[in-house]
Amino acid sequence: MNDLDLDVITRALPWLAQGLQYTVQLTCVAALGGTVLGTLLALARLSPRPIVAGLAASYVNLMRSVPLLLVIFWFYFLVPLGLQWLTSAENPPRVGAERSAYVTFILFEAAYFCEIVRAGIASVGAGQQAAARALGLDQAQVLVHVILPQAFRNMLPVLLTQAIILFQDVSLVSLLNVTDFVGAAGKIAQRDGRVVEMYLFVALVYLVLCSMTSALVRRWQRTHSIGQHPETAR
Amino acid sequence: MSMISLEAVSKWYDSFKVLDACTTAIERGEVVVICGPSGSGKSTLIKCINALEPFQQGTILVDGISVGDPQTNLARLRARVGMVFQHFELFPHLSVLANLNLAQVKVLGRTRDVASERSLALLDRVGLRDQAAKFPAQLSGGQQQRVAIARALSMDPIAMLFDEPTSALDPEMIVEVLDVMSTLAQEGMTMLCVTHEMGFARRVANRVIFMDHGTIVEDVAKDAFFDDPSARTARAQTFLSKILQH
Amino acid sequence: MNWRIFLETMPEGDATWWQMLASGLGWTLACAATAWIIALAAGTSIGIARTGTSRAASRVAATYVELFRNIPLIIQFFLWYFVLPELCPPLKRWVVQADPAAVQFLAATLCLGLFTSARIAEQVRAGIESLGRGQRQAARAMGLNEAQCYRHVLLPVTFRVIMPPLTSELMNLVKNTAVAYSIGLAELFFRTREMGEITFRYFEAFAAATLAYMVIALAANRAMRFIERRIAVPGVAGTARSAH
Ligand SMILES: Nc1ncnc2c1ncn2[C@@H]1O[C@H](COP(=O)(O)OP(=O)(O)OP(=O)(O)O)[C@@H](O)[C@H]1O
Ligand SMILES: [Mg+2]
Repeated sequence: MNDLDLDVITRALPWLAQGLQYTVQLTCVAALGGTVLGTLLALARLSPRPIVAGLAASYVNLMRSVPLLLVIFWFYFLVPLGLQWLTSAENPPRVGAERSAYVTFILFEAAYFCEIVRAGIASVGAGQQAAARALGLDQAQVLVHVILPQAFRNMLPVLLTQAIILFQDVSLVSLLNVTDFVGAAGKIAQRDGRVVEMYLFVALVYLVLCSMTSALVRRWQRTHSIGQHPETAR
Repeated sequence: MSMISLEAVSKWYDSFKVLDACTTAIERGEVVVICGPSGSGKSTLIKCINALEPFQQGTILVDGISVGDPQTNLARLRARVGMVFQHFELFPHLSVLANLNLAQVKVLGRTRDVASERSLALLDRVGLRDQAAKFPAQLSGGQQQRVAIARALSMDPIAMLFDEPTSALDPEMIVEVLDVMSTLAQEGMTMLCVTHEMGFARRVANRVIFMDHGTIVEDVAKDAFFDDPSARTARAQTFLSKILQH
Repeated sequence: MNWRIFLETMPEGDATWWQMLASGLGWTLACAATAWIIALAAGTSIGIARTGTSRAASRVAATYVELFRNIPLIIQFFLWYFVLPELCPPLKRWVVQADPAAVQFLAATLCLGLFTSARIAEQVRAGIESLGRGQRQAARAMGLNEAQCYRHVLLPVTFRVIMPPLTSELMNLVKNTAVAYSIGLAELFFRTREMGEITFRYFEAFAAATLAYMVIALAANRAMRFIERRIAVPGVAGTARSAH
């Protein structure tokens, strides 16, 4: 084995930073989009109309039973066709994996966020629902002013944990030749024959970023659960 | 020689002193009731006796064996002292019979048949032989606690420790557990019971220990404790009048 | 759409496409099954170490979990397959002359097994902690030693309690085998892509793979539910199915 060449990392830093920027950007967009869409899906799943609830449930179950990698490739292949159909263009537009990934991750994460939101809504309890209805609020008002605010507060740690998982999962787009953080490192690793340095460095960066974020989440959870009833905390 | 003796036992949780120089002795066949306000250290004291909690100062001897001595085989010692918990702590995945058999087989090395025979005899004694095949969750609280007592007895203990055995039970179930305990006392078992059942203490106990803030405030014969208000400390007096109101 | 494509043979060799996909499915299942065994064994041990009396063991276990949870799976694949042999010359010598498929399979199962073990360790830890101190004290009070206490009291209850999250972990593991494509293991996803690239029948290939993954997920779910019911005991309920 050759000695470790740390210089190769220093030289590649600007390029790696660009990759990391794309990774962070994709993570944030997908987390926000996924939460919004996931909330809508959760509400659809709780809908009294069986068709709406059934469709939402099938979508969520489909997404959750297929590997993310397969979903990424599905959308890479389907998004241009979808756009062609939407715009009734002659040929499918060239979208590129960088951009199709945004669609992929929003739609994929929505399924996971949906289940989190559903659990969050369930955690609020029927008593609150009944109490709010008793005050004369209508169903939408109950949802917006009573249920969802409490649900989001309860599920914030889980949402953030899911976002950390998403941050790691985004790296799979490198297999579509996208220059995210892993993709950037992979290209340097290939070009300079420095696989060991590049992948160890990438692993270290992820390790530090993810451990720090999850430590913050845990601390927030601890300071936040103080007000909880001791019976439910156990 | 006393069955259980404590000599100046002190224990700290970090800087917080839970037990403060506790000294007492329980003779063979004696029944001693410990009472005192919540947080006074009753559970801690009883857990120190079978080494479920370590203590930092003093000595505890059980049948002459030192509990704090690192040389002592704690598993053997614990096997000889039965313990009954406030929340029963039956093993939920094992049937009633298997709950009684487990430690007999694993710790005492009895064969399953010998263990089962002993277990069924003990279940008979607490009136639950017909429940042997059930799981704990299928029994009432009082039944579960009687199983827990039988489970402790299955190790043929030389003494029994009870930590508020009836305080998690509905009133109508308390009696059935106390009856089992009374019978046990009459048969000569050495017993140390943390309990606020003063009726039980009056009928069954030889002595009453009153604890507060980690110290043994009173350690007197039952009659003196109940019938001689002038002998009681003010703290014990206040505590007693509070719990006897109910 | 042309579903007959599955009956056509590959350009080289005489296997039909559906046979290729089936062979990929075989690798996927073998990989998932082996990794699951590694994950259960390692995950249980780490979970025990995390909750045992030894402070040092608990800290080591916590570090293990952090390490495997906070590095993306694909990077873990690269570390096992590309980096580790470079750092360990004897391993490299073996890798160079060994059957590539064997090396890929070994790397993939170790990688997926340990990755999943960290997640199982967390479930085991949470399960044991949910039992509270009373069960442990009751077992110790009867003279069981620490090993007996885990073997006969804490673990049997814990595993019943954590069956639902374990089920999702198994399904995650099956899905994660697709990432082994990144090191060239000829599992189902690898074959799916290959078929797409060569025949341009992406839709048919992806649809077949989607169906296959859904069927495995369903089967894994059913199998775990079956075990869950078989070992069910009154009063020991599984925890709520976790979101992920
Ligand atoms: N593991 C622990 N760590 C720190 N402090 C503890 C711990 N366990 C108990 N304590 C404290 O030690 C004191 C004595 O507790 P203990 O459980 O012995 O009281 P108790 O007399 O049994 O009370 P109760 O009637 O409520 O059961 C309490 O103030 C309690 O808060
Ligand atoms: Mg107590």
